[in-house]
Amino acid sequence: MLHNISVIFVSRKLKDMKILVCISKSPDTTSKIAFTNNNTAFDENGIQYIVNPYDEWYALVRALELKEAGGGQVTIITVGGSADEAVIRKALAIGADEAVRIDADPVDAYFTATQIAEYAKNEGFDLILTGKETINYNGSQVAGMIAESLDLPLISLATKLDVSDSGLVLERETTGGVEVIEVSTPAVISCAKGMAEQRIPNMRGIMAARTKPLQVVSPVSVETLTAFVSYEMPDAKSACKMIDPSNMDQLVELLHNEAKVI
Amino acid sequence: MSVLVYIPSNNVLPKAALETVTYGKKIGQDVVVITNGTADDAMLSTLGVYGASRVLIDRSYEGNDPQQLTRLIANAAKTCNSSTIIFSHDVIGKAVAPRLSVRLKAGLVAGAVALPNTDGTVKVNVFSGKSFGNVQVNSAVRIISLLPNSIQPEQTGSSCSVETFDGQVGSTSIVVKSTKKPEGEIPLPEAELVVSAGRGLKGPENWAMVEDLAKVLGAATACSRPVADIGWRPHHEHVGQTGVAIRPNLYIAIGISGAIQHLAGVNGSKTMVVINTDPEAPFFKAADYGIVGDAFEVVPKLTEALKKFRESSH
Ligand SMILES: Cc1cc2nc3c(=O)[nH]c(=O)nc-3n(C[C@H](O)[C@H](O)[C@H](O)COP(=O)(O)OP(=O)(O)OC[C@H]3O[C@@H](n4cnc5c(N)ncnc54)[C@H](O)[C@@H]3O)c2cc1C
Ligand SMILES: Nc1ncnc2c1ncn2[C@@H]1O[C@H](COP(=O)(O)O)[C@@H](O)[C@H]1O
Repeated sequence: MLHNISVIFVSRKLKDMKILVCISKSPDTTSKIAFTNNNTAFDENGIQYIVNPYDEWYALVRALELKEAGGGQVTIITVGGSADEAVIRKALAIGADEAVRIDADPVDAYFTATQIAEYAKNEGFDLILTGKETINYNGSQVAGMIAESLDLPLISLATKLDVSDSGLVLERETTGGVEVIEVSTPAVISCAKGMAEQRIPNMRGIMAARTKPLQVVSPVSVETLTAFVSYEMPDAKSACKMIDPSNMDQLVELLHNEAKVI
Repeated sequence: MSVLVYIPSNNVLPKAALETVTYGKKIGQDVVVITNGTADDAMLSTLGVYGASRVLIDRSYEGNDPQQLTRLIANAAKTCNSSTIIFSHDVIGKAVAPRLSVRLKAGLVAGAVALPNTDGTVKVNVFSGKSFGNVQVNSAVRIISLLPNSIQPEQTGSSCSVETFDGQVGSTSIVVKSTKKPEGEIPLPEAELVVSAGRGLKGPENWAMVEDLAKVLGAATACSRPVADIGWRPHHEHVGQTGVAIRPNLYIAIGISGAIQHLAGVNGSKTMVVINTDPEAPFFKAADYGIVGDAFEVVPKLTEALKKFRESSH
């Protein structure tokens, strides 16, 4: 009997999960990248911002699927200025219930993660999801930093996330393979391709997003550990050498003697 | 003050381990390697050849829970009074280095592509490889995770001592149920040579020639995103902005147009060869060697030429 009660208790908990999804903005993937102020700042001129694809396609959509299957609540959180509310509304249009914006410039990953951890620590989230990485600064840092700040387990680069009676069942990439993992909640998970499919927001979602709650929270004071001091563009490529399609011996010769890669 | 290098527990020394030890040696005199698991002493002692002064191993712990590895490495860093800690920017480095950064309040440079600059900043990939940033660390201790294939391993010393270390990793809340490893394949992120194909190949039945080419080269295979999405190829082969990012020595792109999101995952490759019927394909702008031609004719010819080359160079 006792056994049964515990099963009911656990599965009820996993059914009504409180999920926090960390959302960041990133430049539209076709953006031309340039820098200003003597190469010390990213040139935002003409840049369209989108929700970072990993956060939107994988983390947010999987959170919504879990909620649709078992009830619960999906909150999104962004560390960023008021201009970021456009991408926040987009994530709300896809289906998140409410949003939190920590009103600060996300200067480095440590600063960003600490703000999110500070917010999350008393809110009782069962799951904290992030994308695999942001496609602008590509650190893959924030998830691990939140997990350590809150002393929670981290499953990074997860490609599958399901709930069972006893906890979460996940798959994650390892060097050259895939691991199947079980872990109890609460946990921090960074989400990679495979976890869910992209969803296009519909008109109803877009209308509803306008009135969903968006709470603005003041940042806590945190030091930063790193700073980007300058940027550089890669060396200009020398022109492509064209090779006659009937002369593959020449290509092999060039790869061996000129490029020295075979 | 020492440089601490974490290498994953393994029964072979991956190239990434040799790269990180070489990197450590180039920035500090006393390089200590920390690892765990079952690797044998004889193999580990060869890390001295790449610059390690000693190797510490916790044999009581065989797992890879980031929380436990963080405790292990933090304890080693304390014991060795380390001022720099180095990881490979691979699946383990991406999980453990950020945790360690919080635990030690040590700034993390994620995805370094080169040795530190003379002003102490470290160059990293940003905007999906479209440009670089130089990162300054403000804390006393710094952590650097190095992108695979950024520097060549160098043999500078002789074998070193291997010592048992108690990492006090504590408990875990993660249970690993099973591990699936693709047999005999070269893992894409580690591969030095990669042959990749896209929608230009028309259907999954045409991949045999891509695999033949890869086999002659000893290369891994990859593909563009639509090809993985429609199920012609497995998802783990998808390279690009939303797939795997790679930086092999040689990337051969067959029937791939070269969209900006595809280039984002491969533009760190040292040499790129593009085979495409369309002379206007954007990929030619990024390529080192281009062949305007039909893949169905060009690829078998290239495979033959490589076979001939391999035979004559033996
Ligand atoms: C947010 C976002 C993220 C994305 N992420 C990625 C990503 O990570 N990776 C990725 O690859 N894409 C990604 N894409 C998709 C990308 O924009 C392109 O649509 C995709 O890369 C095109 O794939 P392809 O080159 O195989 O196909 P196509 O664009 O259809 O190109 C096929 C090419 O084959 C050539 N061809 C045809 N027949 C032959 C023949 N017989 N021999 C030789 N050549 C031939 C054609 O000339 C053409 O250039 C992303 C898109 C978005 C919007
Ligand atoms: N400013 C931010 N606000 C909220 N979440 C963020 C922010 N920056 C990064 N994240 C989350 O952390 C993940 C990893 O980011 P990064 O460590 O920058 O690669 C992203 O995919 C987001 O889910």
